[in-house]
Amino acid sequence: MNKPAIVSNSSGPDTGVILRTENITKVFPGTVALDQVNYNIYQGKINVLVGENGAGKSTLMKILVGNEQSTKGRVILEGEEIHVRSPQDAMRYGIGIIYQELDLCPNMSIAENIFLAREVVHRGIIDKRTQQQRTSELIQRLEHQIDPNTLVSDLRIGAQQIVIIAKALAQDTRILVMDEPTSALSTTEVEVLFRVIYELKSHGITIVYISHKLDEVLQIGDCITVLRDGRVVAEEVVKNVDIHWVIEKMIGRKLETLFTRKRHEIGKVLLRVEDITLPRVGGGYVINHASFELHKGEVLGIYGMKGAGRSEMLECLAGTNPRATGKIWLGGQDIGGNTTLKRIQAGLVLVPEDRQRDGLVLTLSVAHNILLASLKKYLDRLRLYLVRKKEKKAVNTSIKELSIRVADPRNLIVSLSGGNQQKVVVAKGLLTSPKVLMLDEPTRGIDVGAKHEVFEIMESLAAQGYGILFVSSELKEILAMSDRILVMSKGTITGEFTREEATEAKLINASIVGNGLANEDKQ
Amino acid sequence: MSEGKATKTKRLQYITRTDILQLLLRGRVFLALIIVITVFTLVSPGFLSIANIIIMSKHVAINALLAIGMTFVILSGGIDLSVGSIVGLSAMIAGGLINEGIQLNQFGVIVFPHTWMVIVITMLVGILMGAINGLVITRYKVAPFIATLGMLYIARGFAGLRNNGYTFSNLIGKPEFGNTAFERLGASSLFSINSSIWIMVVFALVAYFVTTRLPFGRHVFALGGNRRAAELSGVRTNQTETIVYMISGFCSAMVGLIIASQLVAAHPATGTAFELTAIAAVVLGGTSLMGGRGSIGGTIIGAFVIGVLSDGLVILGFSSFLQNVIKGIVIVAAVVIDQIQIRMQERIALQRQELK
Repeated sequence: MNKPAIVSNSSGPDTGVILRTENITKVFPGTVALDQVNYNIYQGKINVLVGENGAGKSTLMKILVGNEQSTKGRVILEGEEIHVRSPQDAMRYGIGIIYQELDLCPNMSIAENIFLAREVVHRGIIDKRTQQQRTSELIQRLEHQIDPNTLVSDLRIGAQQIVIIAKALAQDTRILVMDEPTSALSTTEVEVLFRVIYELKSHGITIVYISHKLDEVLQIGDCITVLRDGRVVAEEVVKNVDIHWVIEKMIGRKLETLFTRKRHEIGKVLLRVEDITLPRVGGGYVINHASFELHKGEVLGIYGMKGAGRSEMLECLAGTNPRATGKIWLGGQDIGGNTTLKRIQAGLVLVPEDRQRDGLVLTLSVAHNILLASLKKYLDRLRLYLVRKKEKKAVNTSIKELSIRVADPRNLIVSLSGGNQQKVVVAKGLLTSPKVLMLDEPTRGIDVGAKHEVFEIMESLAAQGYGILFVSSELKEILAMSDRILVMSKGTITGEFTREEATEAKLINASIVGNGLANEDKQ
Repeated sequence: MSEGKATKTKRLQYITRTDILQLLLRGRVFLALIIVITVFTLVSPGFLSIANIIIMSKHVAINALLAIGMTFVILSGGIDLSVGSIVGLSAMIAGGLINEGIQLNQFGVIVFPHTWMVIVITMLVGILMGAINGLVITRYKVAPFIATLGMLYIARGFAGLRNNGYTFSNLIGKPEFGNTAFERLGASSLFSINSSIWIMVVFALVAYFVTTRLPFGRHVFALGGNRRAAELSGVRTNQTETIVYMISGFCSAMVGLIIASQLVAAHPATGTAFELTAIAAVVLGGTSLMGGRGSIGGTIIGAFVIGVLSDGLVILGFSSFLQNVIKGIVIVAAVVIDQIQIRMQERIALQRQELK
């Protein structure tokens, strides 16, 4: 079967185009999110949509599924203009979406979730048996075997995703939008998901696939559309393009190397960790007697699969888990028994993985978020009250140093794009004058340009003598940025490699030690 | 060209109109206060007399003081239902100290503390009650609603137990014990303004300063906005939360003292249901019950709206039943307008953007 001829910004009815937008414009407080976007979705294809954070991908999809209303423009489904005013409307047109955040009710069973708000009723009473039966059929269609009565909270993320897809199928979805579906999945779970996606495609379902992971996008996609600054800048058949083309289109310039790593001297031991242990509720360990050292000016990467205990290890170091035991020395000072605050004061600060949940106070302004962890520094001489001038100076310096793009620091933090929000969390950490900076997935959910900036910040901090502990699920990132790499699996450190020794294969092998790969797939 | 200009001016006019509307919405509590006062002044000409304003402020002061403490609690994302009961308990503690003193049975003596000692002890009791609230909430992870609901009963119970349900009356003290100054606490005035009003002003200024200029204030906002982020930023969340309830207890004790002093008597039922009026003032003042958003200034104006409304309706001879209906409507309307304003702000920012 031939790929349809792709003509950018065409106005006539394209063959093979199931849905297109005409001059969609969306204005938000603070930004023009979409600027006259003409976007085509091709029937029965996997349409990938890429772009930097804030490029407008999510907004465009929200408009298609009725979560947002466009300021201007039309949406045309199979040649007819449609008005999607709510997700229910979208469902009626057969447009479904799977969000980054899996919106399922964890306290309810799979069947109850799938039929939520559309319960099968028999004389006003929910017909449980039919619901369960249909759920089983749907799940089987997705090549899975899960009991429909299982509580969603008992499922792993990968399985939850299957449930969401089943939910979309149950609603006779013809166009399924997947917004960053793999951001929380392990490598094997991603493979399973891809199989499911191909399966859906073979049933004639049109897929819109949004992701930051460009290699994934190129692997799975049929057609690719690139958004930049709220505009469609390119539309192509995937087999005609490569990753450099995509990056170039996304950032609007050639990016020679995404990862810049200059060599600089590594000093003496800064952080020494011995026997960090975190017992798991119900037996076993989340972190199993982990010990390591971090040197001055060193970037120490921690790699591992989801659930290997990487984030938990950083949290133990940050002192947020009272059940954790072990010894920690920072610059010769024993900080093992200290609270989070004391550890921050000693110079150990965490930039958490989930910035919205753990990093930011969404009700506060950009400035107040930046200052939150270091308020003591802006007190007057008697240390009584905050001096506005000092606060302002710190905020302005941070904004300049990390090039945070914000119109006015008094604006609410939610008005910033993901990458800039991430920089605010980093700025907050840096203002505490740390010696060791722990970054948990610092590039998660941010665009290529912002990633590059985050790497540059890491690089320059290491050069200034900070110790950097850096968790990432992206092999390329960790290989390129780290001076030394620790690999974790099931709470245990299963490998340690210097920059020279490390290869993708070695890291992956170490990351699956003790992992029965056979039971990765099936619940 | 001329056409472009015309649309531009049209747009400008539009912006100005929405600007005014937004200003009105932002200052809606203040606006409500002005409207309420204007209406009552028109209907009853003596309403805006200095004497009446002072009397009303005196009534407002009680609720405003409680609402100041409550603002801290609500900003932190909690709620304090026990303030009314702590008011009653504090009044009884103070009354008992003045009329009965502290009986030290093992020495066979009764110690009558000085007036200022009475005040300090009562305040400490209020702070202690708040601290217990805070500890139960932070240590044992009890929801603030439940913890303070428990304290509502406990403190009220102790208030009754203190004198077997009887009132401590005639709290004038005895000159030889040095505790005669108590009745002056709530009754004396400076520049012919009642002391309770001055206390409210001082508390409000201090609270304003604390919320806007102290790290502690910033921590309270952060706690209410995102507890985990606050914790990871090094905010001692449990400590901050406990202090918030201690502040509320402190304010309640102050109110208990003022009421006992003004009445020269302490009744165990003093302050019943005061917590609800305090919460109403806070919410009316634009503080979000979800925590993390709000201001002391808003709370004070909110307290005045409620106070002026109550007094005005009494002056107009409305039945207390109708008064309740009106107050209820005003409170709900305030929150409805709050929601409208948030949506409005978004829309205006949007239009700004489009113009660029």
